[in-house]
Amino acid sequence: MILHNLAQQLIYGLSVGATYALIALGYTMVYGTLRLINFAHGDVYMVGAVVGFYVASWVTRSGGAAWITLTVALLAAMAACAVLGYCIERFAYRPLRNRPRLVLLITAIGVSLLLENTFQLPAVFGATPRYYPQRMISSLLAPFGVLGLTRLDLLSLVLSLALVGFITWIILRTRTGLALRAVSFRFDTATLMGINTDRIISFTFVFGSALAAVAGVLNAIRYQVDPLMGIMWGLKAFIAAVLGGIGSITGALLGGLLLGMVETLLRGVFLPASYSGYADAAAFVILILILLIKPTGLLGQSTAQKV
Amino acid sequence: MDAPQACGAQPGGKPLIHVPLLEITNLCVQFGGLRALSQFNFALDPGDLVGLIGPNGAGKTTAFNVVTGVYRPSAGRVILDGRSIGGRKPFQVNRLGVARTFQNIRLFEGMSVFDNVLVSFNRSGMGGVAGTLVRTPGHERIEHNRECEALDLLAVFGLAGRADDLSSSLPYGQQRRLEIARALATRPRILLLDEPAAGMNPQEKVDLMEMIRLLRDRFRVGIWLIEHDMKLVMSICQRITVLDHGETIAVGTPQEIQDNPKVIEAYLGGPA
Amino acid sequence: MTELSDRPSSRVLPAWAANFVIVLVIGTLWPVARLTASQLNPYVVQVILLIGINIVMATSLNLINGITGQFSLGHAGFAAVGAYVTGVLVNYLAAHDQLAGHEWLAMIVFLPLGGIIAAAMGLVVGIPTLRLTGDYLAIATLGFGEIIRIVITNTNRIGPLEVRGSQGLRVPVISNLFWTYLWVIICVVCVWRLVHSIKGKAFLAVREDEIAAAAMGVNTTFYKVLAFVIGAFFAGVGGGLQATGFFLIDPKGFGFMQSFLYVVMVVLGGSGSVTGVILAAIVLTWLPEQLRSLKSLHVEDLRMVTFSLLLIVMMLVRPEGLLGRRELWWTRRRLAAPSPAGNP
Repeated sequence: MILHNLAQQLIYGLSVGATYALIALGYTMVYGTLRLINFAHGDVYMVGAVVGFYVASWVTRSGGAAWITLTVALLAAMAACAVLGYCIERFAYRPLRNRPRLVLLITAIGVSLLLENTFQLPAVFGATPRYYPQRMISSLLAPFGVLGLTRLDLLSLVLSLALVGFITWIILRTRTGLALRAVSFRFDTATLMGINTDRIISFTFVFGSALAAVAGVLNAIRYQVDPLMGIMWGLKAFIAAVLGGIGSITGALLGGLLLGMVETLLRGVFLPASYSGYADAAAFVILILILLIKPTGLLGQSTAQKV
Repeated sequence: MDAPQACGAQPGGKPLIHVPLLEITNLCVQFGGLRALSQFNFALDPGDLVGLIGPNGAGKTTAFNVVTGVYRPSAGRVILDGRSIGGRKPFQVNRLGVARTFQNIRLFEGMSVFDNVLVSFNRSGMGGVAGTLVRTPGHERIEHNRECEALDLLAVFGLAGRADDLSSSLPYGQQRRLEIARALATRPRILLLDEPAAGMNPQEKVDLMEMIRLLRDRFRVGIWLIEHDMKLVMSICQRITVLDHGETIAVGTPQEIQDNPKVIEAYLGGPA
Repeated sequence: MTELSDRPSSRVLPAWAANFVIVLVIGTLWPVARLTASQLNPYVVQVILLIGINIVMATSLNLINGITGQFSLGHAGFAAVGAYVTGVLVNYLAAHDQLAGHEWLAMIVFLPLGGIIAAAMGLVVGIPTLRLTGDYLAIATLGFGEIIRIVITNTNRIGPLEVRGSQGLRVPVISNLFWTYLWVIICVVCVWRLVHSIKGKAFLAVREDEIAAAAMGVNTTFYKVLAFVIGAFFAGVGGGLQATGFFLIDPKGFGFMQSFLYVVMVVLGGSGSVTGVILAAIVLTWLPEQLRSLKSLHVEDLRMVTFSLLLIVMMLVRPEGLLGRRELWWTRRRLAAPSPAGNP
């Protein structure tokens, strides 16, 4: 029985971790190129969930089956967030690129607040949580097999691995990827080498936002949609990125999976029920530990400063 | 038996072995596989004006960085006034009497000229905090005295008129002078100047040479100089050490260095 | 040559006179506070109280973020510590019927105690994190702030003391304008004096260039930790003032959003300007309250939307804040920035 619970929690943890990884990728790519913690990324994830919600509701009302609804919703969310991510970079961050980092950080937080509060307006979504169409939920969250795996868990895992694989392929095998690596390494030199840094940076935002959208839809199906859902998830996904090594793609995947598992196991297995609230603190404790022991993360590399 | 002697004097006028103020013995600095400095030996006394030259990447700034505590020595010793300072933190090394300027000027850009120098006048530890908060008459007097000293120092460097300007608004030559003034404000016994003439025009360099000599005489410091301007180095330094790829290839007076074939080869390359 | 007497001094008054004025102000504070409280609408009094608390919070954060340049995003965590220490202890007294008649004693003992424990927390947080820089320091402090908040949320009792975590803690209102503004004066005077002294230059130097500062004999770790500890102390006091000033405290009010609000006050005022940050704290407390009174639907949400937009615009247009690095009465001449054409 205990083993069964453990296995279940492990699967669940991997699934949660996969979602963290999807969001973490966005953070890590942006930080790798711009050295900016994109605080607004968690809210892009939220927007994905909301867009997906509206689209899914509409498709379901028009009689769509669960899988069709899911696909359409995912595509719509990805498109919407890609545009959103592009706009945020273009209009809020790019003008400030040469300013001190603190200014960028505060702007990012400002964008985050703007998104959260705009979506809390009743005209846009409102503050009360809502749920994806019941048909979708029952179809995707129906457990099957001996471990109680759901279609959603499987989907999360498969999608994240596929997308991480895709971005890794892009980075290692395409010219865009090469340009991206150059920009992460040395921004100024990359410009001098004729790389269109603006285009590369836009690419990181667009791609990262699309991934966050996927995570948003998947999570919203599992839990609910609300305008503040991005805060905790965004923060923890960022911690996952730091854990894995900020700037490293595989690090984002590793960090995400690890964090998801640790959190889930703590909450579901190791902590007695009355203390399960402390599992939330686990992510932050991990953050502090990583920053103190190996700030560059598990897979990251350190850079030295010339005096 | 003879009565106990006063320190340093011996019957027959034979002097004790002279111990230099700064003594570096067999210093090695290694970064992973790269040997930045090997078997480096050096000695400096107050009143000395010594140069350190060599092609780019020879290890000159590395030597400065080790002495000032930015890098740890991989092997060898750095002794200041009999105390080993290798591996100590930079602020400790400064408190013990070593001050420096930087190759790429590192002024406190957001602070005024006056404040840049005033930073160096921080001496006391926690006791100072209490006095600062209550502003006892004693504390006020100390602060006033230090501010006067700071202004006097600025005057020596010709910067007193711009005391309240943002330090980054100074012309380049004056910024370099401010950096030297700031370092001197820490009351060092040894001053390390890292390429102080870089970016200066010929007139500024002449003024700088005068200033360095003046500093040495007026403040009784030992000055160790990294420079690329040969004319400057040759005209003011008593002694010059030449580095190449981390190794010392020559030590001597300016004349000896100029005639040294190894030095010429290091700078201009060997026979084609 | 500029004589020392010709230079504009950071000493507005000679020290003995300043000390005298401070004592005088504190002496008249009690009657002035009582008069104000009795003459004005209670809601307005609450706002003035909140302004005072926010001045303490923003000024203490200014020491850490603005003056010493350490980007801390967990300031509300220190406030939480102070709030709960003070609140829990006051509650305990009240529950045992020991509070009545001894409120002033409770304020004198428990409020600074909250500050001291918060300062100890600042030490615990500061020492390991202060070796980190920039973004990493920001998220580490954010992490600590969240840990503190989560721990409080999940704590119901500590021995005989009731904490009540996520349910919120009701604390008797024993603070008033006098206590609040007493601490405003203490906090501002302390931070001002620290900054405008030779010691203050060391803090600023740490902000400007740590490596150069160390080379000039500044023990950068000491100053960073000192800023953190002093900042945390006053944040703890601010938290205690919150606990005793408003009838309910809740861990949700001490989260990242709150920390961020204080950061905005510091940045808006101009990091490093003591008067600027005080001004910003006043504006950013008073303005939203003014907007709140507008009789319009969902003005609460629009308020936040406007706030965030304002923030972004401010970063785009004037990131150095209202006063930059100047104090309120410094002329343009002081700390003149380089002319656009370059060096004269």
